[in-house]
Amino acid sequence: MEVPRHWRLRQQRYALVGEVCPHCDAKLFPPRDVCPHCGQEARTRFTFSGRGEVYSYTHMSDAPAGFEQNAPYTVALVKLEEGPLVTAQLTDLDGKPVEIGMPVEMVTRRIRSDDGEKGILVYGYKFRPVLAGPR
Amino acid sequence: MREVAVLGIGQTSIDEHWEKSLRELAGEAVLASLQDARRESVDGVFVGNMMSGSANHQQHLGALVADWVGLRFVEAIRTEAACASGSAALRAAMIAVASGAMESAVAVGVEKMSDSPGPEITSALATAADADYEADQGLSFVALNALIMRRYMYTYGWKHADFAPFSINAHANAVNNPYARFHEPITADGYLRASMICDPINLMDASPMGDGAAAVVLVPAETIRFQAKPLITLAGSAAATDTLAIHDRVDPLWLSAAAASASRAYAMAGVGPEDIDLFELHDAFSIMAALSLEACGFAERGQGPRLAQEGGIFPTGRIPIATLGGLKARGHPVGATGMYQIVEIVEQLRGQAGKAQIDGARVGMSQNIGGSGSNIVTHILRAS
Repeated sequence: MEVPRHWRLRQQRYALVGEVCPHCDAKLFPPRDVCPHCGQEARTRFTFSGRGEVYSYTHMSDAPAGFEQNAPYTVALVKLEEGPLVTAQLTDLDGKPVEIGMPVEMVTRRIRSDDGEKGILVYGYKFRPVLAGPR
Repeated sequence: MREVAVLGIGQTSIDEHWEKSLRELAGEAVLASLQDARRESVDGVFVGNMMSGSANHQQHLGALVADWVGLRFVEAIRTEAACASGSAALRAAMIAVASGAMESAVAVGVEKMSDSPGPEITSALATAADADYEADQGLSFVALNALIMRRYMYTYGWKHADFAPFSINAHANAVNNPYARFHEPITADGYLRASMICDPINLMDASPMGDGAAAVVLVPAETIRFQAKPLITLAGSAAATDTLAIHDRVDPLWLSAAAASASRAYAMAGVGPEDIDLFELHDAFSIMAALSLEACGFAERGQGPRLAQEGGIFPTGRIPIATLGGLKARGHPVGATGMYQIVEIVEQLRGQAGKAQIDGARVGMSQNIGGSGSNIVTHILRAS
């Protein structure tokens, strides 16, 4: 299902590729071609670092169709260090309680698997707690 | 633009209507509104609905509903603006009548949710959000609202218990609404003990789904000569949009589209928040009730729960909300909800709300929120 749509999003899903506005320097993710800050065209690609902190979060047990096998899972708004918020699942929590302000970093993980064994596997970004110590 | 009046109203009860189809529900509400208006036909039918394509495998509701109610050959379309689909239909019908393109129109909101299993409905509701960047990450619509509520509590220092009055008020008021989904009052303790859905949103913060339809008949006010009931006009009508995704907003804790549509509706009606006698807001989740009150000028930013705690939202308060149960207890048949709000305000302005009657109600406001705040329609109705 919807293979072209997932394929089109590969840059964003695998590498957090957004845009930077050449006019006002705003960093944009997801990419949207028209800068919401200054209203001018913004098509310059910009790859985000993947580092940020938890802006808000919740735990889901009733998952939408296609995500049931992953339930329960934790989802969040992550404030990227370059500015934008991004909506994503948190992963590798290992029982660690989530808090607003918790530093997290982007990892690539399987998001969903459609139509059983014969369907496509959708990979994309999730965020995990930043490991302690210098990196 | 001509002034437009609401001549007739009709609604079905909100329930799991296993024995009734989408067309039967819509038909019941439309025919009741025509009977109330003492009309046999209208020039146009506007059907508000969000999810019939996925939930009922039926699109093309304009022709379907028009034919079903005996109005074959009239102009008819369906409007979609997620949870604001119902009042989007009303606004389209109002514009048609106000402009002179039509001499009369019916607006009906309808949603038939019980035919599809839970996870499919959860997915269908999530289509109101950004498919590529919200729903594809596995978020449900409840989860998106939970993200807003948690950040709101963190920013303004509220506890979960502080939101209890929204739910308590809605359930207390629904007891007096025969069309409501629930007729059981709840207590503060019952609110706190309800099972968690997506923390901090528990079952008593969230509105129930259901099947239902509600409709009104609109005509130019100038054509009404004699009527036993008070004349109810659409004094203000406005809609505004914001980003589909919460993460794209300037401030995720502020409903810009609510503020914009409310200020335009106030200006059109020549009134301000202090003139509104009752407010049917979009309490799909208790956090949305707080944000709506703030955006429309009834509470300071971050202080919606305080207004509720001080009793300002109760029937005898400064700005009664959810006077017949609201989304929380009347129920939230998504695309029908906006029209239930309008029908209930007309009942209040006519003095027909029974034990739920707000004394002396002359001006009522509705606000219908599509998505997590992405498309917001505000109407102001006046009795004269």
